[in-house]
Amino acid sequence: MSEETKALESMIGEEYKYGFTTDVEYEDFPKGISEDIIRELSSRKEEPEWMLEFRLKSYRAWLEMEEPEWFNATYTKPDFENLLYYSAPKKRPSLDSLDDVDPNIRETYEKLGIPLEEQKMLAGVAVDAVFDSVSVFTSFKEKLAEAGVIFCSISEAIKEHPDLVKKYMGSVIPARDNFYAALNSAVFSDGSFCYIPKNTACPMELSTYFRINNMESGQFERTLIIAEEGASVSYLEGCTAPMYDENQLHAAVVELIALDHADIKYSTIQNWYSGDENGKGGIYNFVTKRGICKGNHSKISWTQLETGSAVTLKYPSVILQGDHSIGEFYSVAVTTKKQQADTGTKMIHLGKNTRSTIISKGISAGESNNSYRGEVKIGKKATGSKNYSVCDSMLIGQSCGAHTFPYISSENASSSVEHEATTSRVGEEQIFYLMQRGISEQDAISMIINGFVKDVLKELPLEFAVEANKLLDIKLEGSVG
Amino acid sequence: MLEIRNLHAVVEGEELEILKGVNLSVNKGEIHAIMGPNGSGKSTLSKVVSGHPEYEVTEGTIMFEGEDITDMDADERAHLGLFLAFQYPVEVPGITNKTLLREAYNTIARANEREELDPLEFEDYLVSKLEIIEMKDEFLNRSINTGFSGGEKKKNEIFQMAVLNPRLSFLDETDSGLDIDALKVVSDGVNKIASPENAIVMITHYQRLLNYIKPDFVHVMMNGKIVKSGDISLAEELEANGYDQMQKELA
Repeated sequence: MSEETKALESMIGEEYKYGFTTDVEYEDFPKGISEDIIRELSSRKEEPEWMLEFRLKSYRAWLEMEEPEWFNATYTKPDFENLLYYSAPKKRPSLDSLDDVDPNIRETYEKLGIPLEEQKMLAGVAVDAVFDSVSVFTSFKEKLAEAGVIFCSISEAIKEHPDLVKKYMGSVIPARDNFYAALNSAVFSDGSFCYIPKNTACPMELSTYFRINNMESGQFERTLIIAEEGASVSYLEGCTAPMYDENQLHAAVVELIALDHADIKYSTIQNWYSGDENGKGGIYNFVTKRGICKGNHSKISWTQLETGSAVTLKYPSVILQGDHSIGEFYSVAVTTKKQQADTGTKMIHLGKNTRSTIISKGISAGESNNSYRGEVKIGKKATGSKNYSVCDSMLIGQSCGAHTFPYISSENASSSVEHEATTSRVGEEQIFYLMQRGISEQDAISMIINGFVKDVLKELPLEFAVEANKLLDIKLEGSVG
Repeated sequence: MLEIRNLHAVVEGEELEILKGVNLSVNKGEIHAIMGPNGSGKSTLSKVVSGHPEYEVTEGTIMFEGEDITDMDADERAHLGLFLAFQYPVEVPGITNKTLLREAYNTIARANEREELDPLEFEDYLVSKLEIIEMKDEFLNRSINTGFSGGEKKKNEIFQMAVLNPRLSFLDETDSGLDIDALKVVSDGVNKIASPENAIVMITHYQRLLNYIKPDFVHVMMNGKIVKSGDISLAEELEANGYDQMQKELA
């Protein structure tokens, strides 16, 4: 291996910077999963009967399902009997101001640079911070309420807005959809709920910060976003987790519903602990994310920057049911060390003249394995529909892998599907070229990577793009040579 | 300005010598041409001088502007004012020419404790250099060499040379792949950049380029060594008799 390649790999293999834990007392709750556990969980959360029924039905479905193995990744399966399905900070605060937040939690947020600060508030971002499983703080609620926007924890929504939750939860991703979605439906802890009423543009970008902070706790977030006719919203999700040796399972479910002329933009930056040099530890990120363009002329756009987790299985998808609806997927997936990612999207065209765009950029380094898996399906009635897919992979070093699995089917002749794929290596020639122009090796590598992902990062909301660049820098920075 | 003494080099990790004792002196204000058949080591020489990591110097020294640069990284050599116009310019998608050049220009300025240019000043400076290779300013906002024609790539190398204003430039087969019109534009560009304050070393296969850029010295390289040096008449002799004839004479 040449010096350049070594330097490259040492930069990419930077130690995880957010590996610390916060000392907060936790309530006792028995490990393992059973109907009794689910009943107990539901009762502690003071849920109505119908919610408990939903959970129990899901649990029974899950019991009959097999853990999937079709993806391009290998790992030790989680021991579901050894997981903790409920955890919450012991002091449950009812908060009037930031001062009331547990100082430990606040310190954690500050270390992470999570802006639960007044500057951030002034910047006009409402932050619903999920610390472990319970929402401890929700800001800007009044301002959102003025616009008629509901933005709260899913637990709260179950109590305050049961009709909406009943109508839509599980409507895009039914409990039986897949093994991990079923598990989530049975034991989901908390998450976010967002409802944008008719003809309303959400007055601010919404962001939720997830943080896993309890040893051996499964994290089962549940998010539901509904945009009524003519409504629009941009939702930002970002996460980091502390360093632990035990693998931690994260199996979230995110459902998006866009009615006529509605527009939902969902952006994610994911930087969970990915395990050490030997592949020990790290998060299992088995998320089910799907949106439905239910109405005509509606639009759903997924943008993701995935840099963390030991194993990622994730396919944010769009069902294009309404005529003239639009689905988009922009993704950057970075894997280093022994990380494994099998990620991509599904675009299911059902309505007439529907459009979808897929731009996927995979960067693999170290001994990691990065797969793109994408399905484009154009149904019989989806006449005049179009898909355009670009799927590029970049390899750094000799020991990593990049794979592309496109599945394309079209059942009508008036539609078109276009798929492009490239694989390139961050070459010594590229680095030398830039260095010959006077640019340092580190800056050269950073430039090449930034150039590669630019088409995706420009889709992120501006302030998120800044965070995204920071994150890529953290992944890439380090001593040269 | 440049003093190469008994330079030996191999591809890193291999035994076979590609450069087998090259000697070359270049002074301010001079234009040199290095000619030679395929595989003679002339392109390798330009890469070794500019610090390509693929090659390892096993013997000899390279002095540039009074400093021993034999073991320096490529970017440090660039800071001293060394430039290589690539035979095959590399594509870097997503980064514009302008971004690269501003970063490069300001990095070199910083290393030399000169003032950096802010984006507006730099824009004016860049535009002022475009005429040297007769390019339109949309050229600045295109990704580096991405989707460029062969001719555009070579023009871009000379444009970068004009912007970075190096003390010494190696032009590695800048004439290859150019049609006659492009060759003229590129040559005119090089002639405009050439001054008593800088120096140029052209590496070429053919005498054709030398009709447009007149060298003060011509060197013939064979089998990893400079075997003969002279003035422009040496190039004419080569054109008339070919490399084989010269090799026989030297043997």
